[in-house]
Amino acid sequence: MKSWARLRMVLGRVGQALPALFGVIVVTFILTRALPGDPAVYFAGPAADEASIQQIREALGLDRPLYEQFVYYLGDLASGNLGVSISTGQPVLEELARRLPASLELTLGALLLSLAIAIPMGVLAATNPGRPIDHICRVIATAGVSLPTFFTGIALVFVFYYLLGWSPAPIGRLDFAYLSPPPITGFYTIDALLDGDPETAMAAAGQLLLPMITLALFTLAPIARMTRGAMLQALGSDFIRTAKAAGLSQRVILIRYAFRNAMLPVITTLGMVFSFTLGANVLVEKVFAWPGIGSFAVDALVVSDYAAVQGFVLTMAMLFVLLNLLIDIAYTLIDPRIEANG
Amino acid sequence: MADVTAFKAGVKPRNHIVYILTENPVSIVAIAGFAVIVFAAIFGPLVAPYDPLATNVAISLHPPSWDHWFGTDQLGRDVFSRVLVAARLDLMISVSAVALSFVIGATIGSAAGYFGGWTDRITGRVVDTIMAFPLFVLAMGIVAALGNTVENIIYATAIINVPFYARVARAEAAIRRTAGFVQAAKLSGNSDLRILATQVFPNALPPMAVQASLNMGWAILNAAGLSFIGLGVRPPTPEWGIMVAEGANFIISGEWWLAIFPGLALMLTVFTFNLLGDALRDIVDPRQRT
Amino acid sequence: MKTSSLPLISVQNLTVEFGTREGPVTAVRDVSFDLARGETLGIVGESGSGKSVTSFALMGILDANGQVAQGEMTYSGIDLRRASPRQMRDIRGREISMIFQNPRSALNPIRKVGLQIEDILREHAVAVGGHARRQAVELLDRVRIRDPEKRYHAYPHELSGGMCQRVVIALALACKPRVLIADEPTTGLDVTTQKTIMDLIRDLATEQGLSTILITHDLGLAANYCGRIVVMKRGEVVEAAPVDVLFGAPRHPYTRALIEATPRRSGTVRALLPPDDFRHGQPDPKPRCRALSAPLLTVEGLTKEFGAEGSGFGWLPWRKGVETDKAFRAVDDLSFELHAGESLGLVGESGCGKSTTSMMIMRLLDPTQGSVRLDGEEISAIPSSKFARHPARAKLQFVFQDPTDSLNPRFTAARCISDPILRLGKLEGGKAVKARVEELADLVNLPLELLSRFPHQLSGGQKARVGIARAVALNPSLLILDEPTAALDVSVQAVVLNLLADLRAQLGMSYLFVSHDLNVVRLLCERVVVMRAGIIVEEGATDQVMTTPKTAYTRELLASSPEPPPTLGALEAAE
Repeated sequence: MKSWARLRMVLGRVGQALPALFGVIVVTFILTRALPGDPAVYFAGPAADEASIQQIREALGLDRPLYEQFVYYLGDLASGNLGVSISTGQPVLEELARRLPASLELTLGALLLSLAIAIPMGVLAATNPGRPIDHICRVIATAGVSLPTFFTGIALVFVFYYLLGWSPAPIGRLDFAYLSPPPITGFYTIDALLDGDPETAMAAAGQLLLPMITLALFTLAPIARMTRGAMLQALGSDFIRTAKAAGLSQRVILIRYAFRNAMLPVITTLGMVFSFTLGANVLVEKVFAWPGIGSFAVDALVVSDYAAVQGFVLTMAMLFVLLNLLIDIAYTLIDPRIEANG
Repeated sequence: MADVTAFKAGVKPRNHIVYILTENPVSIVAIAGFAVIVFAAIFGPLVAPYDPLATNVAISLHPPSWDHWFGTDQLGRDVFSRVLVAARLDLMISVSAVALSFVIGATIGSAAGYFGGWTDRITGRVVDTIMAFPLFVLAMGIVAALGNTVENIIYATAIINVPFYARVARAEAAIRRTAGFVQAAKLSGNSDLRILATQVFPNALPPMAVQASLNMGWAILNAAGLSFIGLGVRPPTPEWGIMVAEGANFIISGEWWLAIFPGLALMLTVFTFNLLGDALRDIVDPRQRT
Repeated sequence: MKTSSLPLISVQNLTVEFGTREGPVTAVRDVSFDLARGETLGIVGESGSGKSVTSFALMGILDANGQVAQGEMTYSGIDLRRASPRQMRDIRGREISMIFQNPRSALNPIRKVGLQIEDILREHAVAVGGHARRQAVELLDRVRIRDPEKRYHAYPHELSGGMCQRVVIALALACKPRVLIADEPTTGLDVTTQKTIMDLIRDLATEQGLSTILITHDLGLAANYCGRIVVMKRGEVVEAAPVDVLFGAPRHPYTRALIEATPRRSGTVRALLPPDDFRHGQPDPKPRCRALSAPLLTVEGLTKEFGAEGSGFGWLPWRKGVETDKAFRAVDDLSFELHAGESLGLVGESGCGKSTTSMMIMRLLDPTQGSVRLDGEEISAIPSSKFARHPARAKLQFVFQDPTDSLNPRFTAARCISDPILRLGKLEGGKAVKARVEELADLVNLPLELLSRFPHQLSGGQKARVGIARAVALNPSLLILDEPTAALDVSVQAVVLNLLADLRAQLGMSYLFVSHDLNVVRLLCERVVVMRAGIIVEEGATDQVMTTPKTAYTRELLASSPEPPPTLGALEAAE
């Protein structure tokens, strides 16, 4: 019976994500129409003649009233029609789908890396308040949020590629000497391992390492900060005092009582961290010539390839809504108090 | 623990500030850094040793020397002068953006928190929709749509900052809406608007000021990031983000000074603002320190 | 037998210091007391007396900035000050246990209560595996929790405050300790719940041969459950004696003042003041009598429902938990009258709807139904948002429960008091306003030099005076007092209650006194209304309700509030 209630709550969370999704679609629609001058001219590209502009205008439905345009827009989205990229001549959806795995591999790798470092760091700082380890964590955290990701990336390339020569050239996911592994998950490192090709896997991991560290350095700070704060708050709460007075060991108090409670606020702020990561991802991809959707969008921006940019913004927003939904569901399943609050 | 908190009463505000500064000497460094940045922003163009736009191909790509502290770029321009002069533009963009979002966020946030009901629902929906985007990506989309100018960079940065202020203002106003002193003000015959202006807002201001200084660094990073990918500021205008972008092409061949110095300037500026934000938070509310 | 005469716990010359930015502050100074086997010892003191800090020091759970500077603490011969952390951990929970106030927050919010009990059983290797689970259920049963099998799976937020405190007691007694320290175990709970919890602790102590230390601010409570009482003030012990000696012949003036200030079932407002106050023996101030003609306030069929207006926007992240599904009737068809110059008490436990009622009369909250008439004028139809500029606003004023929360932290005391005068007063010019503020400060005995201070620079009693001065600034005809002394220490409460009695006599206002405590309400009110679950269960003259209550609920309420033993003075007077 309880699991039914849980399922219902999870479904409720899914339902709650729908308005956000709708909002995202409305905003991207507005952005498409907000183009200065005639959107059709922009979408047609600089080389277009009058006839093709008119064609685009009709294709986009720009000659119809706004609400009708919106309905068309919805229809286009439903059928996966995000327009054609003028810089590559391919449908935007295809371009994005081909590049998405590269972006996901980088982003998720960086998130896991920064979680693995930041959470223990925050816990250490919180359990030793005022001690050197706490101050070190504080400085690292403050410095971390101050790092412009594009600058860190360049600095890392300079040190590890130019000066030390430890790292491969920052030219994408895999050196030209290797063939890309057969796509299964789309993540080169995992695909190469599944293919039984450790050498390619190592090469792919080598390429991945620097951009991943760059991105992780940026997201490290907010997670560590939040963990420290949540942990301090948990450790200062009344139930910890009860646990101490009952003679529970330090380990049980720290892990089972303080840490589990502290993770709840950390999970909720992960959404914000995702937002930062997806944004910084664009810059890191540009620096490392990473063939993901971010660098695609930047290239498209330079040549005013608007269909590609809109498609990119929409994809990123959908991805973000999805990630937030996952966080919400995780939270619902972990915190028993949610039930009482409806 | 009422017994212990009783001791904390009666600490004078000025002593408190002195205490924060002496306990955390880093704050003093931050204030000094802030002074340098403000100086550069105001007097940068006056004290710069060279014209930041003057090209001289004869001395292109010279490493740092006595004549050119930060070296010269591919067109022979003095990197130090360019970094110095860029401070004004970078600060101008981020300060205007933060000011704009502070005013908008504070207004809609405190109204939403105080009045609740439909005001709250509508502003909530707007803020949630902005937050449903990865914010930097939204800024890219906005600049792409509105046009590639410096003003639009400011607007985009302001829009993605609004949710932070709106949320802080809303939370602060919502807590105080039910506070005894607000109820008492109603009993004293104050209208809702007057209560919002004289009772709720002044009390919500300190946490919002903290948020502003913490967000300042983030706003600078966002604006620089946008120009790094070629939005807003155009060459040859000196600006840190675009200088790093231009210098990035030379890093692989070892001409590091082109990208590293503007990058460092950007980083130290953001670092200074973050430290200031921390110090301000300690002064305003020591318990919030994380 | 030498060992049996040794105290179980002995504290000698204990001094505890806290490191603060102004240097070390002594929270407890030179405190000594013993706890004998099977004894129940009360440690009584007002806020800042160091009573809690003493027990934290004993348990070795002081905050990081606190330390025992001096003194000895032993538990059956073991030196607690020099015990290793490992030894202390074994002692805590196994030998000495402790329970706290705010039982709900004293439990891990995301762990089933049964598992929390099991954690402790496992830690001290009292029981393992399925046995631990059985024992946890047994413990829940022993603290009189019904249906313990089911409650084992409950999370703290699913239990009431009283239930949570039972779970905390089960936790504390899981490993059969020999000493239980109860730190304000019933503060924040209703009186009827307080009685059941205290009775439970007493019964369990007898069953298990526990020695108990009860730390409380309530002298009456300590007198009812303890054999001996230690009175503390500002970190020092002022007196320690068996209960009958303490009440019969208190030696220290502070003890005497504290005993007098504790409200009882009989006695005057003036008698609450310390014996050395010149007003102590005087008769109570007489309220100005007015002809009981037309009622000042008439409440008819007043009803408030919450949560009826569901908006369907609960999905917004910041609105989570704001809305409730079902309409809940907080106040249900309430009717009563209040005459000019009269004082009416509105008494009930938390959640009975008394505060909602006062907010509706005050026009800070719109009723769902019913009418409120002030001086014959219907005011319930005016929306609360429009009432601020209504002429009736000045006639209706309010004294808040929490003096700190009710003052704007950025306003000086003078600015706080002048606010209603500036908005609704008919005074012209800054001078006239200033003069009026000073007159009001005089009226509430607030020294004029405090007027320029900010709330955080004032004591609780001074803040309460500022709040009262502000409330009477417009010469209201009805003053609603919402638990005006609940956040204050008893000695301050005594002074504030006397001030309220004086003001009423001087200004001829009517009071609607909202409180949970009949013993306090009776001091100021001629009539009382007892509420429960939104309806009136009993109404009548105060004396009659206090002495011959008609309903079982009022009887229970009266029986639950602890009555301290009579003082020697009272005994002599009776003879």
